[in-house]
Amino acid sequence: MPRNLLPMSDAHAYPHEPTGVETRKLGFWIFLSTEILFFGTLITTFLIFKGRDFPGIKLTDVYDIPFTSVSSFVLLMSSLTMVLAHNALETNDQEKTRVWLLATAMLGAVFLAGQIYEFTEFYHKGFELSTNIFSSTFYVLTGFHGLHVFIGVVLLLALWGVGQRQRGLSLNEGMNLEFIALYWHFVDIVWIVLFTVVYLI
Amino acid sequence: MTKIIEPKKQRNIFSRPSSETGIWSWITTVDHKRIGIMYGYAAFFFLLVGGLEALLLRIQLSQPDNNFLSAAEYNAMFTMHGTTMIFLAIMPISAAFFNYLLPLQIGARDVAFPRLNALSFWIFIAGGLFLYSTFLFGTAGAPEGGYLDEEVSRLASAPNGGWFGYQPNAGLKYSPGTAMDYWAIGLQILGIASLVSAFNFITTILNMRTKGMRLMRMPVFTWMTFAVSFLLAFSLPIIAIALFFVTFDRQFGTTFFLTEGGGDPVLWQHLFWLFGHPEVYILILPAFGIVSEVLPTFSRKPLFGYPAIVFAGFGIAFIGFGVWAHHMFASAISPVAQAGFGLSTMIIAVPTGVKIFNWLGTIWGGKLTLNTPMLFALGFIGMFVIGGLSGVTHSVVPADTQQTDTYYIVAHFHYVLFGGALFGIFSGLYFWFPKVWGRMYNETMGKIHFWLMLIGFNVTFGPMHWLGLQGQVRRTWVYAEETNLGFWNLIVTIGAFILAVAILVFMANWIYSRRKGEKAPFDPWDARTIEWSIPSPTPVWNFSKAPEIKSLDDFWHQKYGEDEDGRAVRREGTDELLLKLEEEGLNPDEEIHLPSPSYFPLILAFGLPFLGYAIIYKSVPLALVGVILLLIGGFGWGTEPLEEEFETSEENPDAKESSTYE
Repeated sequence: MPRNLLPMSDAHAYPHEPTGVETRKLGFWIFLSTEILFFGTLITTFLIFKGRDFPGIKLTDVYDIPFTSVSSFVLLMSSLTMVLAHNALETNDQEKTRVWLLATAMLGAVFLAGQIYEFTEFYHKGFELSTNIFSSTFYVLTGFHGLHVFIGVVLLLALWGVGQRQRGLSLNEGMNLEFIALYWHFVDIVWIVLFTVVYLI
Repeated sequence: MTKIIEPKKQRNIFSRPSSETGIWSWITTVDHKRIGIMYGYAAFFFLLVGGLEALLLRIQLSQPDNNFLSAAEYNAMFTMHGTTMIFLAIMPISAAFFNYLLPLQIGARDVAFPRLNALSFWIFIAGGLFLYSTFLFGTAGAPEGGYLDEEVSRLASAPNGGWFGYQPNAGLKYSPGTAMDYWAIGLQILGIASLVSAFNFITTILNMRTKGMRLMRMPVFTWMTFAVSFLLAFSLPIIAIALFFVTFDRQFGTTFFLTEGGGDPVLWQHLFWLFGHPEVYILILPAFGIVSEVLPTFSRKPLFGYPAIVFAGFGIAFIGFGVWAHHMFASAISPVAQAGFGLSTMIIAVPTGVKIFNWLGTIWGGKLTLNTPMLFALGFIGMFVIGGLSGVTHSVVPADTQQTDTYYIVAHFHYVLFGGALFGIFSGLYFWFPKVWGRMYNETMGKIHFWLMLIGFNVTFGPMHWLGLQGQVRRTWVYAEETNLGFWNLIVTIGAFILAVAILVFMANWIYSRRKGEKAPFDPWDARTIEWSIPSPTPVWNFSKAPEIKSLDDFWHQKYGEDEDGRAVRREGTDELLLKLEEEGLNPDEEIHLPSPSYFPLILAFGLPFLGYAIIYKSVPLALVGVILLLIGGFGWGTEPLEEEFETSEENPDAKESSTYE
């Protein structure tokens, strides 16, 4: 059997998995559970300071909800394309898998571009990183999420590149696609929370 | 002749590392046993460094109005002593135990992700070196109009804001210079190491157990590893974000913890202790696990109340997240919060007490063998009880407010972390010495070590209780003659030097026994858990074939049955069984396929300190070096084939003769 058709895992010892969940996937879920605490701490900090009374410019003075809604919509749609990519892989439609992977990466990139544009706008309006506690928490929180989206885009493009080079993804790389999909959906869900907490309430 | 399948050479960025012996085989190893041993030695090195720092502190305090250290040097030393002991000594020495023992105790051939395991280790090394490079490159300036007029020595160029880094004292205004940045970023790097190993251990325990190794048949040490991994996974993200904020405050002018821009210094305390209190249990639970293995073995009785001890462990871990504010009774938190946290602090003593009674129940009526590991385990119980009881006194808020920042607190947490964690760790080091090295340690020297340590420990930290109650404050470099604190401080310093001698005895024993110790018999302790059912030192493949577990303490039940009164009776044929196990353990009859070594964990890990320097010195070239190392490491890692095409070593039978590390 060619190498890339073997279900590969870093986990060698015995092919015995008492939980019935593939070992790498289990590890990935645990990773995601700690990610919740990373964002949880950031969101908590944001909420603590949100209610404080401190003079100076606030997010509500500078933001543009319709704009951010559109870019949020774009990010949400990328979850759809991610599902489509995964679906295409399940039916072994390699061509479509790659198309949807690229589409997901592009939508993610559009979201990032929107965030960069938004940050620049805010800076022009005098809402800078070190202006006051509201701006600091805003930039660190949304920036941390943006970093996650960026890493996701890089991973998606890398996987797309691998698929492009060898005209298809192996079983193992298919596993990777599943991890990236989990990660991507997680980052999306976090954005739904962030958008609500930061912009809407 | 042994059979290990040899991977064919493959080309990636580098060809696959292939040396079996020598330094490169250790640097590229992914074998959990070697990683465990390296963790142990590195952590012990840092333990010595941290101990040296403590001795300097004690020399300074041995007399009133002493001038041995300057105030700046004293601040740097106590900060580095705490940081080193917690993050670079006790945590990694526990990681050494986890690494070496966890797969052996659950009957696995390695952890779930061997390369991630190597990554954890190298990130720990990178983080430790980064933190300590502050003595070379760091600067600790004086706040304007501050206490520091003299020139700051190298010794003082280390982080000086305390291991707890309270804001705004540890902020840029009151701690100028780069030293506290080294601290914040160094801890960040070390945190990544622990997080990665936490994922790895949780997955390993859940998914790598051998046949029949149900959760409730796992050894208690494995259970405690499991609990600690959860604590790490859920508490480190909090401190990571808090340190993130600190770095932003110091580097990019934000004000998360500074009131000038609307920030809140007390938030730092909340975030820090929300991590910091679970951290206490991260330090102590491994020792709980170790003594829970040692006590039954040398009492020749099963552990009393196994389920209780397991659930108590998780109870502690869970409640451990709800008591953090008892570190902050002296700060601005409301009376309701004070009452609540006082209560939860009392409650957490309950599962801890359950464990103590379980251990006492285990030794009650047992046939005790008082050798070194057992002595340390018994010493652990005694010292930990003292530390635990003084801990419960902190739940009484008015009393605690009096004791805050006095030597009473110092005495309390040294009884818990030294008398508790470190005694447990020494117990484990002696207990598993034959397993790791295949030789016996010297019992006489071991006992000298124990008694010196027990006496030195109590002479050092006992008097601190009343020094504290008399009002000597922590983190202060001098006390006045008129306070009459000089006598007991001198005693404490003498105790510290007795401890240093004890450590020297331990090292001498270790070095001597490693080389010249008697050859360890198979199953030297007549032990209970399956790591003793394989030859010592552990063969590279651990188990020649996957063991099948039928009960708790499986190995014991293979050796012993019961008579009508429920007393243990050695089965007939046990001697033959042991001979057979040794024979089989050394000569696997199937081909064994071990994870291949890799360069990439090392490369990836050493990208991180460069990023750290880049942030501190705002340097683009350094950042580029870091990013390039991360990219090479990440790309190489991702494209490195996990499983190679294999050829059997039949073709070159000589290559694999040696199966153990010497």
